[in-house]
Amino acid sequence: MGKMSVDLCGIELENPVIPASGTFGFGYEFAELYDINRLGTFSFKGTTLYPRFGNPTPRIAETPAGMLNAVGLQNPGVEKVIAEELPKLRRVFSKKVMANVSGFSEEEYEKTAALLDKEEIVGWIELNVSCPNVHGGGMSFGTDPDRAARVTERVKRAVKKPLIVKLSPNVTDVAEIARACEAAGADGISLINTLMGMRIDPGTRRPILGNVTGGLSGPAVFPVALRMVWQVYEAVKIPVVGMGGVTSAEDAIEMILAGATAVEVGAANLTDPMASLKIVEDLPRVMEKYGIDSLADVKGAAHHG
Amino acid sequence: MKEVSFRILSNRPLTGEVFEMKLSGDVSDFRGPGQFAEVALPGFFLRRPISAADLGENSLTLIYKTVGKGTGSMSRLTPGAELSILTGLGNGYDLSRAGETPLLIGGGVGVPPLYLLAKRLREEGKAVRAILGFNTKSEIFYEEEFRALGAGVTVTTVDGSAGTKGFVTDALPEKPGYFYACGPLPMLRAVYRAVPGAGEFSLEERMGCGFGACMGCTIETASGPKRVCRDGPVFRKEELLWGK
Ligand SMILES: Cc1cc2nc3c(=O)[nH]c(=O)nc-3n(C[C@H](O)[C@H](O)[C@H](O)COP(=O)(O)OP(=O)(O)OC[C@H]3O[C@@H](n4cnc5c(N)ncnc54)[C@H](O)[C@@H]3O)c2cc1C
Ligand SMILES: Cc1cc2nc3c(=O)[nH]c(=O)nc-3n(C[C@H](O)[C@H](O)[C@H](O)COP(=O)(O)O)c2cc1C
Ligand code: FES
Repeated sequence: MGKMSVDLCGIELENPVIPASGTFGFGYEFAELYDINRLGTFSFKGTTLYPRFGNPTPRIAETPAGMLNAVGLQNPGVEKVIAEELPKLRRVFSKKVMANVSGFSEEEYEKTAALLDKEEIVGWIELNVSCPNVHGGGMSFGTDPDRAARVTERVKRAVKKPLIVKLSPNVTDVAEIARACEAAGADGISLINTLMGMRIDPGTRRPILGNVTGGLSGPAVFPVALRMVWQVYEAVKIPVVGMGGVTSAEDAIEMILAGATAVEVGAANLTDPMASLKIVEDLPRVMEKYGIDSLADVKGAAHHG
Repeated sequence: MKEVSFRILSNRPLTGEVFEMKLSGDVSDFRGPGQFAEVALPGFFLRRPISAADLGENSLTLIYKTVGKGTGSMSRLTPGAELSILTGLGNGYDLSRAGETPLLIGGGVGVPPLYLLAKRLREEGKAVRAILGFNTKSEIFYEEEFRALGAGVTVTTVDGSAGTKGFVTDALPEKPGYFYACGPLPMLRAVYRAVPGAGEFSLEERMGCGFGACMGCTIETASGPKRVCRDGPVFRKEELLWGK
């Protein structure tokens, strides 16, 4: 059997499959269905300094080959995450988890990340500077290279664990932002967050989503995500975590060939709760099919003649 | 929650727009009335949430209205086809609070989950009364099925073409007792205002997952934010912040 393990910023992952933030809760819903220790790791729900209710419903709309969401970072706030969610997670998960952090000011990002950084179970901080569903925060940090660099630099000083900055696809030049984050001290880049979109109900003549706009994800975005992973891999030396529309082991391999060290799986978990596990289970077969002995060895292989 | 592959046994129209689909497969994960299923439809990214209208030994009945493309395509599926369904979702009705004369209030395709509820309450020997509201005579379904369970049934139609003319709230009994309501939001809000006593409401929201992972269906309640799919879809009256 081929070698599935990969190194993500100094921590070994048994396999490169990582359920993406916002589609896997704090893990324990899925632990009722299968042993979530079989995953590489997972990224938990975007956490902010204070509790957030999020946006009014409807928060979900269907699209061809995907979905829009405008959840708006609903979470109980970092204190409750540490006091209530992480203890529940520890009962079902013995690996390191990726802590997804969001905020509305540099200070908020810094404080939230610093608190989560102290938690034993946290392996990486994933800094979400790319949420399109909140106003005055999230994505506004990730669409400007200077702001992205500033928040990266500030959080990097406050944490000891590897810092992965999660980028938005809603930019003209994603490579420029990735380079700015790398220069500011990021240990890794993950991408893509969702693409801004909307739907209108012709019956009511109104936008379907309570927030008007939402973020597109699912198979519809896969080629866009793959292209951006390709560009960022060429732009930086730090590891890249690829995501956007991954639903199969084949998709995961494409991401790795484009330059991803590991792969996150988002919307697929929502339509098939077993999706991430199925990818883990299917990888050996697909690796054999394409003559891949080690995933780490074929990382970025599509870039070389 | 359990993902199960079901086989369609029958799929027939009950009215012009409402269909009844009977399926065979493992229903062991369903705990009771008020719970729902998430049905994967070929060609659609998201699953469709539909309440369990009836449960048998190894069978599930879904009653659905064709309101859009998904339910439209569902109505064209034929017996023998296989469907992937997430079963046993949500928290259903609390039967322990029914009292001796529970009142079931359903409007349109809010009626289906109340059928399974009526059946279970009748099995417990309760004197079930049901008010079933429709727009017009041609849209009435399952009236006879409720009667066959031995429930006292009052039908209302908005245009008066059958039963009591008006809304479900125009047919409320003198002493409502504990109530269970399911139907369109304006109906639920009217029931909330009109019935003074305690009861439960089954709510709908657009869903991303149906099992608590995405926070797509959250509403504010008296005890904080709750996910309709996981903490509901049935909520006690005092949990809802609908005002007076
Ligand atoms: C817990 C629950 C139980 C339900 N039980 C029943 C039932 O027993 N019988 C029945 O006829 N209907 C029921 N519904 C409503 C049913 O889910 C929708 O009518 C159906 O999803 C519409 O799909 P569509 O593709 O035809 O419509 P479209 O409008 O084309 O659907 C587009 C998207 O919006 C969603 N959507 C549209 N309307 C609703 C709605 N009212 N509620 C939730 N999502 C919606 C769809 O699921 C889909 O993702 C229930 C809804 C919920 C949340
Ligand atoms: C319902 C939902 C909620 C999400 N919440 C978050 C979040 O809290 N933080 C974050 O960084 N990304 C969030 N995302 C984005 C995903 O993590 C991922 O970047 C994106 O959906 C693309 O991957 P996919 O196409 O596989 O879904 C969310 C996505 C969805 C669908
Ligand atoms: S629909 Fe995903 S949490 Fe309710």
